Amino acid sequence: MLGEIARGLWVTLKHSLRSRVTVQYPDEREEMPKGYRGLHKLLRWEDGLERCVGCKLCSAACPVDCIFVESAENDPARPTSKGERYASIYEINELRCIFCGYCEEACPVGAIVLGSEYEFCHDHRDKFLYTKEDLLVRRTEDYPELNARYDERKLLTYV
Amino acid sequence: MAELGVVLVKVAVAFGALLLLAAYMTLMERRVFALVQVRFGPNRVGPAGLLQPIADGIKLMFKETVIPAQADKVVFVLAPAITLIPALAAFAVVPFGDSVTLFGRKVDLILADVNVGILYIFAMSGIGVYGIVLGAWASNSKYPLLGGLRSAAQLISYELSLGMSLMGVVMISGTLSLKGIVDAQANLPFIVLQPLGFLLFVVCMLAETNRAPFDLPEAESELTGGFHTEYSSMHFALYFIAEYCNMLTLSAVAATFFLGGWRGPLLPPVVWFLLKVLAFMFFFMWMRATTPRLRYDQLMDLGWKVLLPLSILNVVVTAGVMVLMGG
Repeated sequence: MLGEIARGLWVTLKHSLRSRVTVQYPDEREEMPKGYRGLHKLLRWEDGLERCVGCKLCSAACPVDCIFVESAENDPARPTSKGERYASIYEINELRCIFCGYCEEACPVGAIVLGSEYEFCHDHRDKFLYTKEDLLVRRTEDYPELNARYDERKLLTYV
Repeated sequence: MAELGVVLVKVAVAFGALLLLAAYMTLMERRVFALVQVRFGPNRVGPAGLLQPIADGIKLMFKETVIPAQADKVVFVLAPAITLIPALAAFAVVPFGDSVTLFGRKVDLILADVNVGILYIFAMSGIGVYGIVLGAWASNSKYPLLGGLRSAAQLISYELSLGMSLMGVVMISGTLSLKGIVDAQANLPFIVLQPLGFLLFVVCMLAETNRAPFDLPEAESELTGGFHTEYSSMHFALYFIAEYCNMLTLSAVAATFFLGGWRGPLLPPVVWFLLKVLAFMFFFMWMRATTPRLRYDQLMDLGWKVLLPLSILNVVVTAGVMVLMGG
């Protein structure tokens, strides 16, 4: 029996020499995996035009009905998006959202994607109603990995 | 008069250090557990978590003290003190350093060099059993009663082997005084001469302090906390500190009897003593992190059927070898 205990003590001692598996949040943060479904982002094309054409497919696909879209005709002189229409109102209630990613799958132009941000907290429920200003990315170059998703998805669908 | 002053200063220093060390053992336990479980322990409160025991102490002070209505209030409150005071008092005969010369007078770093030192320590640990039994009885509740009775039975069973395992050392050194035993290890620590005694003492040390694998009386999953179920805030903290003080005192006794007390090259004697005590404390925590606990009947079997005969055998063999080698 003593030998068994000694073996157990040796195992415990070996473990004490391993490097710790703890991630010291918030000083260290772990990188989220590639397909992580975090906060939404509305993307743009390379030339700066918004991708969203206000087709409301995302709203239709959403299982919990948290996306509200209203579309308006594109001004031909100064188009906002590449199609005929653009989204004049685009709101997502992040509290209602279940982060399933159906809206991302439904979008035909790769406008709405789920990014990797998970640290959004506010002190009032109303502040979770994210409008287009909150969701839209400022520049095209901001999230290259999110922009690449539409191209990957197109490849998968049409090949 | 000056003698009294010296003794008072020694008492203040030794007991203050003992209590502070007992509090910081809680932190060391959590960090050692975490080390063995490949994670960090508390390292946020203060640098490397060093203010954690203070934070815990403040939190416990602010908690509400609940005394059950049907409990015997006087005994309920006294019981943790009855456990703590012998644990502290037993430390009085342990030499924690060589003699130093302060302000022109020679000061022995031991609070009281009683010539029946080890007997005094066993008397104190015998009184410590009362604290647990009284606490369990005064709680007037099922789980504490069971836990307390089991703990008392465990403690008195293992006290026998604890004493007997030290008899080998006493015979070789020829004295019961701890100072004499440290002096007798000038050439060789007794762990070399009494390996079986050391092993028996270590096992009994684990059982005497209700530590794993012998911690059934206080295991939360078995008896919802055993004898300290009904205790809250500072009363519980007192039991907790008493347990760590007991561990520290027995570690100090083990270091004195088998590792040569404060002896060691290069470093100051007090530092060596501290290192040896901390090594035993680490062993306590290492065992707790490793072994599952013994069932109560297995525990009693071990105490009476294995450890007691082995310790008597140790005494007989030591005596025989001493006679053969001519004393």
